[in-house]
Amino acid sequence: MSPDNTQARQQYDALCQAAEAKRAAFEQAPVPKIHIGMATCGIASGALDTRAAFEETLKERGIAAEIHSVGCHGHCYAEPVVIIDHPASGFPPVFYHEVTPGKARMLTKLFLEEGDPRFEHVFGATVENEMIPTVMEFSRFNQEKRIVMEKCGQIDPESIDEYIAAGGYAALVQTLGLAPDQIVATIKSSGLRGRGGAGFPTGAKWEMAAAVEADAKIVICNADEGDPGAYMDRTILESNPHQVLEGLAICAYAVGAGRAIVYVRSEYPLAVRTLRTALAQAREHGLLGAGVLGSPFDFEIDIFEGSGAFVCGEETGLVQSLEGQRGMPVHRPPYPVEQGLFGQPTVINNVKTLASIPPIVEKGADWFRSIGTENSPGTAIFSVVGDVVHAGLVEIPMGVTLRTLIFDICGGIPNQKAFKAVQIGGPSGGCLPEALLDTPIDFDSLTTAGAMMGSGGIVVMDADSCVVDVARYFLDFTQKESCGKCTFCRIGTRHLLDILERVTTGEGREADVGQLERLSADIKAGSLCGLGKTAANPVLTSLQYFPEDYQAHIEEKRCPGMMCRSLMTYYIDLDTCARGCDACVGVCPTEAIFTTSTRKKGVDQQLCVKCGECMVACPPEYDAVRKVSPPGLAPTIERPDTPRKPEKP
Amino acid sequence: MNAMKVTITVDEKPFEVDAHLNLLQACLDNGIYIPNLCYLEHRSPPQASCRLCFVEVGGVDQPVAACTVNVADQMVVRTDTPAVRRLQKSGLRLLLSVHHVDCKNCPANKKCALQDLARFLKVGLKPKHLEQHLKEPEIVDTHPFLTYYPNRCVLCGKCLQVCRSANGRAMLAFAQRGFDTVISFYGGAGSAATACDTCAACIDICPVAALLPK
Repeated sequence: MSPDNTQARQQYDALCQAAEAKRAAFEQAPVPKIHIGMATCGIASGALDTRAAFEETLKERGIAAEIHSVGCHGHCYAEPVVIIDHPASGFPPVFYHEVTPGKARMLTKLFLEEGDPRFEHVFGATVENEMIPTVMEFSRFNQEKRIVMEKCGQIDPESIDEYIAAGGYAALVQTLGLAPDQIVATIKSSGLRGRGGAGFPTGAKWEMAAAVEADAKIVICNADEGDPGAYMDRTILESNPHQVLEGLAICAYAVGAGRAIVYVRSEYPLAVRTLRTALAQAREHGLLGAGVLGSPFDFEIDIFEGSGAFVCGEETGLVQSLEGQRGMPVHRPPYPVEQGLFGQPTVINNVKTLASIPPIVEKGADWFRSIGTENSPGTAIFSVVGDVVHAGLVEIPMGVTLRTLIFDICGGIPNQKAFKAVQIGGPSGGCLPEALLDTPIDFDSLTTAGAMMGSGGIVVMDADSCVVDVARYFLDFTQKESCGKCTFCRIGTRHLLDILERVTTGEGREADVGQLERLSADIKAGSLCGLGKTAANPVLTSLQYFPEDYQAHIEEKRCPGMMCRSLMTYYIDLDTCARGCDACVGVCPTEAIFTTSTRKKGVDQQLCVKCGECMVACPPEYDAVRKVSPPGLAPTIERPDTPRKPEKP
Repeated sequence: MNAMKVTITVDEKPFEVDAHLNLLQACLDNGIYIPNLCYLEHRSPPQASCRLCFVEVGGVDQPVAACTVNVADQMVVRTDTPAVRRLQKSGLRLLLSVHHVDCKNCPANKKCALQDLARFLKVGLKPKHLEQHLKEPEIVDTHPFLTYYPNRCVLCGKCLQVCRSANGRAMLAFAQRGFDTVISFYGGAGSAATACDTCAACIDICPVAALLPK
């Protein structure tokens, strides 16, 4: 028999009414609204200054307007993002990109005061209209499918009322009217797989935890996001923390736990702040504490700030760390769902997994299954970074190919360069070549290709990148972050790194490729934890898909991407170098650039540190600085013994 | 009593063993040697960190660490397949590649776990294909009663475990990360360390003489 949630529904309806009234008052106020994306990505691009500029100019000019801080829209390439809703102007809400303080002042004056939206700065309208094309016409917007990030960028993350007015916590109310096993059954039949990387079926995990008899159980939100270049979890927590907390509450109810912990990196201060605010507000609203919404369900959430060890993202390492031990993974089984934190059955789910829960409960397992693929239903969230035009957070249905994601949705490679590789899945993932771009993005296809879904970091690389150097970078990361417990990861990755350092500095030996292959295979088979077992993936995939790059480094001492500094050099093409131009001389930090007898420039290879500043500084109309590998191919340009003309006194 | 016993087959010989044992313990009890460094009897869960006690178990593709597997009735085990030996040799070579091999001047000479393993697995003490990496400093002298040799230490962690048993809490800990991981004393000279004057549990258990009394 299903439990009675009438009282919870009544309490929730009251909360909803208050929240909706608040929203209506905000929306119907006869003043313009300025929505500014204020997550870490926005702030890093200057959103604080932009907001200050709006505030100042509004005050100066005596304009009444509401400034509304929202979370991240996912469009990092366009930050700071501002949406101005100025109904009195007759225009629809307008999405502006890269709004600097100067642009903010200009828009305040010209749009808010004079009603001119300045079409040259408009990115698009956010709703259908007859005047301005909408942002939905861009593939970066219309090919996304937002479930987890639906409310990100729409609501103020520090206002629970906005979340409730947008339908938040309805799934929890619904949950309180169902038996725990009904919830587990729904999640199971939705086919949701853990978004932390390994893709373990979430419903099965919950079922195991629910089946264990114990006095106390605990659920943990794993927000110890540590992959280089990945920031999905941070953005979700900073933009819509309540959806994660709601997911935690539903999970706790389903497995019979009364307590939850959010394990979040202390390097995410804004996420920690939004979480703390969210918890306080949830408590005030009766959504946390003894008897959630008047039901018999007692639920508490604590926040634990991790100290920045990558390995604590591994669930057993995370448990050790919570227990006050050094974060070192332990052998599974026993799995944490049987014996986790202080021996209690513990369910550990990733931020994105938990944020997927409320929509599934609300809309049903069949709806969720209708998105994505058979074995990987739902959406995937990626932080797409690197050599790509529209970098940022993207939520797409599973099964979309890498090619669609990189070239259609994210705009392809900038500067007309060729595609070289895509690194997916962070230090546990792999480097995939152009031939595999039609691989659908789902757990199984990526694993078959040798990479991994991972937590969702994607680094796109153009032809000027070196996959050997990327493998070296990830192994350096893994070695620094290895907990040091097991032999293969602690010592094996050190040897891999050692060999890769040799190869990228031109000291590679003939036997190195074989050695890399053997060691990688042993590390994969021999390591204790999931992170160790996958630590060699960057090496294995780059060896598999780019063997010619390794050969070039080892046999020809040549770096095809011209990234490895020991194997390349800069020189100046005397045919295009402009007489008398000094642009490169000024930026060179080591005074390696000299004037030739023809008043052109040359690079003193002894002094050059290969920083590449001269290449950046050389005016595009001359474009005279060239890279070459191996360094021996650079033409020799002699420095004149004496300067051409004596210096004027 | 029979309900408590199970029959397992190891290298084609049947054995009747206690059902609660892990596979490594069951094999060792029956005189079947499986290389191991970090295993301590009757401690659960096992550390499973040395990654040497690999065996092949029927029905499992990859070699598994015997200390992490519970025995089960009709379990079929092989201890000497090529895959097992390859991993064991590889693991031992890795350990030796960061070990200061100086047996003549080492107090553990002739009773050293690494020497025994090398003999059993037929691995040279100085691996040919791996570069030698040593840590700095060679000797850590900060503890009032103990001397620690990072380049002898195999980081099996047995010292931590016995210290915890003997003193209620471990006065030793792992420190640093990755290759630089070492055993460390909490400041060493504190009052807690006075127990070390009389207790030599960590020194006695160390398989490679990485911890010695002053």
